[in-house]
Amino acid sequence: MTAATSSLARRKATSERVIETLLFLAAALGVFTTVGIIIVLAFQAVEFFAIVNPVDFLTGTVWSANIQPYHFGVLALVASTMLVAVIALIVAIPLGLLAAIYLAEYASMRVRNLVKPLLETIAGVPTIVLGFFGLTFVTPNLLKPLFGSSIGTFNGLAAGLVVGLLITPLIASLSEDALRAVPRGLREGSLAMGATKFETTRRVVFPAALSGVMASIILALSRAIGETMIVVLCMGTSPKLTFNPLESGQTMTAFIAQISSGDTPQGSIQFKSLFAVALVLFAMTLALNLVSNRIVSRFRNVY
Amino acid sequence: MTAPAVAAAATRFDPRLAQRKLWGTIFLGACMVAIGILLVSLVLLLIDILRGVPWLDAQFLTSYPSRRPAQAGVLPALVGSIELGLIVAAVTFPIGVGAAIYLQEYARDSTVTRLLRTNIANLAGVPSIIYGIFGLAIFVRALALGTSIMAGALTLSLLILPVVIVASIEALRAVPNSQREGALALGATQWQMVRGSVLPAAAPGIVTGIILAMARAIGEAAPLIIVGAVGFVTFLPTPLAPGYTVLPITVFDWASRPQADFQGIAAAAIIVILVIMVFLNVLALVIRVRLSRNIQW
Repeated sequence: MTAATSSLARRKATSERVIETLLFLAAALGVFTTVGIIIVLAFQAVEFFAIVNPVDFLTGTVWSANIQPYHFGVLALVASTMLVAVIALIVAIPLGLLAAIYLAEYASMRVRNLVKPLLETIAGVPTIVLGFFGLTFVTPNLLKPLFGSSIGTFNGLAAGLVVGLLITPLIASLSEDALRAVPRGLREGSLAMGATKFETTRRVVFPAALSGVMASIILALSRAIGETMIVVLCMGTSPKLTFNPLESGQTMTAFIAQISSGDTPQGSIQFKSLFAVALVLFAMTLALNLVSNRIVSRFRNVY
Repeated sequence: MTAPAVAAAATRFDPRLAQRKLWGTIFLGACMVAIGILLVSLVLLLIDILRGVPWLDAQFLTSYPSRRPAQAGVLPALVGSIELGLIVAAVTFPIGVGAAIYLQEYARDSTVTRLLRTNIANLAGVPSIIYGIFGLAIFVRALALGTSIMAGALTLSLLILPVVIVASIEALRAVPNSQREGALALGATQWQMVRGSVLPAAAPGIVTGIILAMARAIGEAAPLIIVGAVGFVTFLPTPLAPGYTVLPITVFDWASRPQADFQGIAAAAIIVILVIMVFLNVLALVIRVRLSRNIQW
C-alpha cells in the first residue's frame, strides 16, 4: 500500500516537472529569439565589414548600394530616418499629450468611451494602409496645394506626418496611464490650495507623471525609427543626405525592404550591407527601449 | 514651509482669477482641437479608402492578379492571408499561453525570471523588419522552408508572441487567488490547478488576445517582404510550397504603381483587409462574452 502511494506520488511529481520544464522552454523562447537576432545580424555584418571599413560605414554620408561607384555611408540613411522620426514626434507629442491629459483629467466617462476606441482604431490600422493614405491622400491633397511643385510625389514630410499619426495613440495611451497613476491626493491638495484645474494639471499632475510621459515618447520614437511600410510608400527609395522634408529619401528600413524585395543576389555586397544597416537599426531601437524601460521601472517606485 | 518660501509663494500668487481660468479654457480648447484632428484624420483615411468600393465585387474576390486592373483580383492573397493567420494562431497559442502560465503561475521572483520578463518587453519593441531578417536566416534558409507561407507564418509568430504573452499574463492575473487556493485545497497538483481551475477562468481574455494578435499578423507586411512574399502570384498558395502572396503585400504591389486604376484596386484590397480585421474583432468580443457567461466568482 505504502509502496503504491509513494510510486504514485513520484509519478505525479515527474509529470509535473516535465510540464514545468515545457512551460519554461516556452517562456525562454524569447531569449533564443533575441540571441538569434543578434547572432544573425552580427555574423553577416562581420562579413560586410571585412569588405567595407566600419568607420567609413558609420561616418560616410553617401549611400549608393545599387549604382557604381558603390558608397556605403550609413549616415545618409540615418539622416532620413531621423528626419521622419523628428517630424513624427513634432506631430505626435502635442496631439498625444493633449489627448492623454484630456482623457485622464477632463473627459467624462461617456466622452472617454467614445474617444478611447477611436485612438485604439488608429493604432490598429495596418501600417500599409497608413502608407497608402500618405501616398494617395496626404501628399496629393494636403501637401501639394500647400507647397506646389516644390514637393515631390515621394517626400519625407508626408512620411513623417503619417508616422506621427501612427505613434500618437501610443503616446496618448501610455501617458494617460502615467497620469492616472498620480495619486488623487495630489490633485485634491492642489485644488484645496486654490489652484485652478488647469494649474493643478500643469504644475502638479503633469510633473508627477513626467517620467511615464518621457518613457512613452521614447518608446514612440523607437517605433517611428523602425516603421517600414509608411516610409517605403511615402518617402521613396532614393538615398541622400538631406534634411529637406519636401524631398524624397530613403530610411534604413526602406533600404532593407528595397534590397530584400528586389533581385539582389544573396552573396553580393549589397545583400550583406542589409545586415549592417539592420544592426544599426536594431542597436538604435534597443537602446531606446532599454532607456524607456529604465525610466518606467524607476517611475514605478515613486508611489 | 520656511518663511522665505512662503514669501516667495506669495509674490508668485496671481489674484486675477478670471484670467487664470481663461488659460484653463484655452487649454481645454487645445485638447478638443487635438482630439478633433485625430478624428478628422481617421475620417479622411476612410474616405480615401472608399475609392476602392467601385472595384469591390465577386469578380475581385475570385480572380487572380492581372496586369489589367479591371480583371485583377485578390483570391491568392485572400487564401494566403487566411492560411497565414491560422498557422500563426496555431503556433502562438501553445507557446504564448505556455510562456504566460510559466511567468504568472510558476516563476519565482529570481534573476532568470526578471531576465525573461525584460526580454519579452524588449522583443515587443524590435522593429518588425528585423524579425523578417531573422526569419530569412532561420526559417527560409537554415530550416530550408524556402519562401513558403510556413516560413512567413513562423516569422510573424515570433513577432506577435510578445503580444500574446502579455495579453495572456493579464488574463491569468485577473483570476482571483481564491480560485487557485480552492483547487489546491482539494488536493490538486499545481498543473491540475492551472489546467482545471485557472485556465478556464482566464480563457476569455486569452482567446481574445490570440484573435487580436491574429488580426495584427494579417495586416503585417514588412517582415513578409524580407521572407519572400511577392505581389504577383497566379496560383493558390499551399503552406509548404514556395511562392505566395498575402493581402498587405498585394496592396503594396498595386499601390506602388502610378496608374489611378491600380490605386483603386489597392484601396479595394485594403477594404478586404479591414473587413477581415473588423470580423476578427467582433469574433473576439462574441467569444469573450460567451465564455465569460459561465464564470462566476
